[in-house]
Amino acid sequence: MNDVSPAARSTAETGDFANVGRTEWWRRGFFASQTAYVAVALIAIMVVMSFLSPAFLSSGNLANVAKNFSFVGIVTLGVTLVIITGGIDLSVGSTMALAAITCAIVMQKVSGTGLDAIPLAGMIVSLAAGLGAAVLIGLANGLLIARVGLSPFVTTLGMLSIVRGLAYAVTEGRGQAPTGPDVNTFYEITDGNIAGVPVAVIYLLVLAGILSLVLHHTAFGRHVFALGGNEKAAALTGISVERVKVGVYVLSSLSAGFAGILMVGWLGSAPANLATGYELTIIAAAVIGGANLTGGMGGPAGAVIGALLIEVIRNGLVLAGINAYWQIVLVGAIIILAVLVDRLRTMRMTP
Amino acid sequence: MSLLVLEDIGKEFGAIRALSNVNLRIEPGEVVGLMGDNGAGKSTLVKIIAGNFRPSHGRMLFQDREVHFSRPVDARQVGIEVVYQDLALADNLTASANVFLGRELKRKVGPFSFLDHAAMNQRTAALFQELKSETRPDDVVRAMSGGQRQAVAIARTRLAQAKLILMDEPTAAISVRQVAEVLDLIRRLRDAGIAVILISHRMPDVFSVCERVVVMRRGSKVADKPVSQSSPEEVTALITGAKEAA
Repeated sequence: MNDVSPAARSTAETGDFANVGRTEWWRRGFFASQTAYVAVALIAIMVVMSFLSPAFLSSGNLANVAKNFSFVGIVTLGVTLVIITGGIDLSVGSTMALAAITCAIVMQKVSGTGLDAIPLAGMIVSLAAGLGAAVLIGLANGLLIARVGLSPFVTTLGMLSIVRGLAYAVTEGRGQAPTGPDVNTFYEITDGNIAGVPVAVIYLLVLAGILSLVLHHTAFGRHVFALGGNEKAAALTGISVERVKVGVYVLSSLSAGFAGILMVGWLGSAPANLATGYELTIIAAAVIGGANLTGGMGGPAGAVIGALLIEVIRNGLVLAGINAYWQIVLVGAIIILAVLVDRLRTMRMTP
Repeated sequence: MSLLVLEDIGKEFGAIRALSNVNLRIEPGEVVGLMGDNGAGKSTLVKIIAGNFRPSHGRMLFQDREVHFSRPVDARQVGIEVVYQDLALADNLTASANVFLGRELKRKVGPFSFLDHAAMNQRTAALFQELKSETRPDDVVRAMSGGQRQAVAIARTRLAQAKLILMDEPTAAISVRQVAEVLDLIRRLRDAGIAVILISHRMPDVFSVCERVVVMRRGSKVADKPVSQSSPEEVTALITGAKEAA
């Protein structure tokens, strides 16, 4: 029964068997993924919009779209990691605000002190403070979820409220503007352009590239996928489940903190209500891009494409002069549509 | 030299005696069938050997050295691997990723170490060839048959250089053709000098692949004899208690 035909035996090195069919290349891997058809939908929408509205392809509008989606995209990269392990992070919107506020306040406080003498020292300290606040939030999430065993949904929902409350309490509701000798450099690195491209977009693409490398070519990335596929099995093989879980929550918070600080450069101020409600757009972007909330699936390409699709549609509605409130309705509808199409497609492929 | 010796192993959970005074000897390369009704003590015994439980009393020797396992890792370190009934595989990963899960081969590039996909795929392909299983290293486990999944789980134990493999109901939920495949896998492990304890409810499997059958009833070993000197009828009688001991 294990007879392998001579032809198959000779090619056994490459793993080809005469009696086990292999799916055609376009039906497996990236080409069969939700990410791929959402990318096709995205291109189609962009082509249609460029015909409907001449303003869509104007450089001003494109730069606007690019910047808007980069903030969401960067955080989506981090949240995608959490979603792949089968978890969820609802606290990212609040984390964006608290990291931004911490960064701005520290920059105000250190300006006028001895640090002014050292070039860029004030800015580096305040960036570190902002990112450090984000890391602490991620550590709290990760330890409560991985070590204490609380549900990710409830833990990060609580953290959403705690962190947002802190943002209001610390600022008493007033927006905090970055000041000090390095403020121009700060605006350059958060809101500048390189060869006409907003830096936020460059950060997003570089981070997506790094994440892709980490997910597919390191042991950590493989363990992230293994946790989402079968957490019990992962633990039995000796993977330190706790460390991987704490790691993904810290990275998720860190991505939120980074994007929050970029938004300060864009807005010129860190208001306490910064990025309110963003967590839903971010999770929506991840899901549209192909991350599965039950865990085990997702990737940086999906995160970027999902975030871009939401922003392009939002932008399209603005250009079409449709009431902003309808945008919220439409984003919800797109999430359900993307999951529905995936469901129909998998039903067709597995009879 | 016996591979594994259990002497007077017993286990109590509070007032409940799950296992009493079990003596068992496993030789290298031996395939032993472990049978018994639900609650007879099979899984308690297996969990003690695999390091999930500590015995309440008794001694355990592995390769003539006394061993005390407090965690499954301890058992794995001396060369005891378990193939679980639900196989403990990550469905969303490829065969080779599962085989190497937790012990990935890496390549250093400067300060970073990256997965060595080619080496892992090659080694996995060699393991499958050795097991004569038609399984591709880069196929995703989700799309595999029950027999192929067994091959992946067994390849994992081969990679670990196991000396004793405990298999918990490997043929419980798979098709007839796949059962034959799994039994072939067990014979190949035996040929490679690896001892197998096969926990099974299926009489034909035990009688076709095992040299010896051990029967448990109500926490005690009631029979331990070569398959050639027993019969499915006798084993059934021993399991149900129609026959006291053999």
